[in-house]
Amino acid sequence: MAEDVYKNFGKIKAVDHISFDVKPGEIFAFLGPNGAGKSTTIKMLTTMLRPTDGKLTLAGYDVTKEQAKVRQSLGIVFQDPSLDEELTAKENMELHAALYHVPKPEQAKRIDDLLKLVGLSERRDSYIKTFSGGMRRRLEIARGLMHHPKVLFLDEPTLGLDTQTRNVLWDYVKKLSKVEGMTIFFTTHYLDEAEEVAERIAIIDHGKIVASGTSKELAKQTKTKTLEQAYLKLTGEDIRDETSDSYDGLNMKSATRLRSLRG
Amino acid sequence: MQILSVLWLRQMRRYFRSRSRIIGSIGQPLLFLLALGYGLGAVFERAGQGDYLQFLVPGIIMQTILFSSIFWGAIIIFDRRFGFLSELLVSPVTRLRILLGSALGGATITLIQALLVFFIAIAIGFRPENWLSVPLAVGVMGLMSLTLANFGAGLASAVEDFQGFQAINSFVMFPLFFLSNALYPLNNAPDILRIIASINPLSYAVDGLRYILLGESHFSIGLDIGVLLVALVVATAFAVNRFNRIQV
Repeated sequence: MAEDVYKNFGKIKAVDHISFDVKPGEIFAFLGPNGAGKSTTIKMLTTMLRPTDGKLTLAGYDVTKEQAKVRQSLGIVFQDPSLDEELTAKENMELHAALYHVPKPEQAKRIDDLLKLVGLSERRDSYIKTFSGGMRRRLEIARGLMHHPKVLFLDEPTLGLDTQTRNVLWDYVKKLSKVEGMTIFFTTHYLDEAEEVAERIAIIDHGKIVASGTSKELAKQTKTKTLEQAYLKLTGEDIRDETSDSYDGLNMKSATRLRSLRG
Repeated sequence: MQILSVLWLRQMRRYFRSRSRIIGSIGQPLLFLLALGYGLGAVFERAGQGDYLQFLVPGIIMQTILFSSIFWGAIIIFDRRFGFLSELLVSPVTRLRILLGSALGGATITLIQALLVFFIAIAIGFRPENWLSVPLAVGVMGLMSLTLANFGAGLASAVEDFQGFQAINSFVMFPLFFLSNALYPLNNAPDILRIIASINPLSYAVDGLRYILLGESHFSIGLDIGVLLVALVVATAFAVNRFNRIQV
């Protein structure tokens, strides 16, 4: 998936020559402290940011050269909300279907099925501004699946969700991977989720991948018992700068962001 | 085409669902029309300039277009703030289409607002010289709406947040409006004001509309249309250029 990729913001190395491979149909967790380079990596993989150099492929397409095909092949649930609040659930879904060229006759059925799946059928004609955080998240996931992506990115999808919603969400993600063969690439700060859901895990810190493998392999490599212990051993106990991983991107050029990207 | 119409429809839905927006955005032009139209009417007439309301209406219509289209063009700022821009930019649709779809929606809404003001003006006594020229006037309003919607989209892509947009309000929109011929004739204005107003594209839009509706013109209709077409090209190029660089 990524080969020797790096991204510099000025002199700052946000992502420093990383390489990793995610197998088709695999559930892959990408972990790291705030500012480690997780979001930058996702942005590069989803064509939102060009790597300074290196080669990225997704679903067999070159990410920088075949942008349209790459975009058609991926679904993403962003870290921050990305729904149109003034439209209804159904209208948000329809807009997405149009953006991804889902054939008209299929749209209605897919929207019905997906809304049912995330338990929002009854709220299909409600405005998003009346939705709770969990409902928005579920709708965003349904929306991301609308165009049958080969790879689904979930950037901290469970942030701020209650345990029930989290469980439903991960059960569904596991089913997608198993039944549909969809590749899942996700980030999270909840290590229990990674341990439970992910087939393979990579840990990134200071823009470099410091370890990868199954959760058991990671524990073994670090001579610890749990993923959490392994994670802390690899990335240290220090608290990181909170702002660096925020996804707004508005202050991309500001000094604070650059400083914090260093990690 | 489908994408353009879907993005256009999104704008229209947002507009028609917010009654406060509709009312709020014609409130200001209405205030100008009534307060200035009646307040300065007598002075204007005594100075031998004729009926001020007649003179003022094209100016106020263009003011409506200026404020409304830049606001709706600037929907990009809102989309960025509320995250929806990410959804648009990560999709396989090209940025040019996203921009055009949104701008066409903004321009349509603006034209609706301008027509509302036009109808209100007629209701309070405005009379075009020739009713047959009204479709042509609507054409000029539409042209200016599209130009300014693109200009607004370009500005919105260039600034980063609401505060930046407020600054545009103070430093771009109000000067464009007040330093034009929208409220006063240029023939007797001081040289400096006349020169500034003459390099302001809005003056040509107002002048063109005045010519079409009233048969009066300070520049000439040919020059007016020429300036408006150039402004459309420049504004579109500016918007495309800035929107292509936007990052979320």
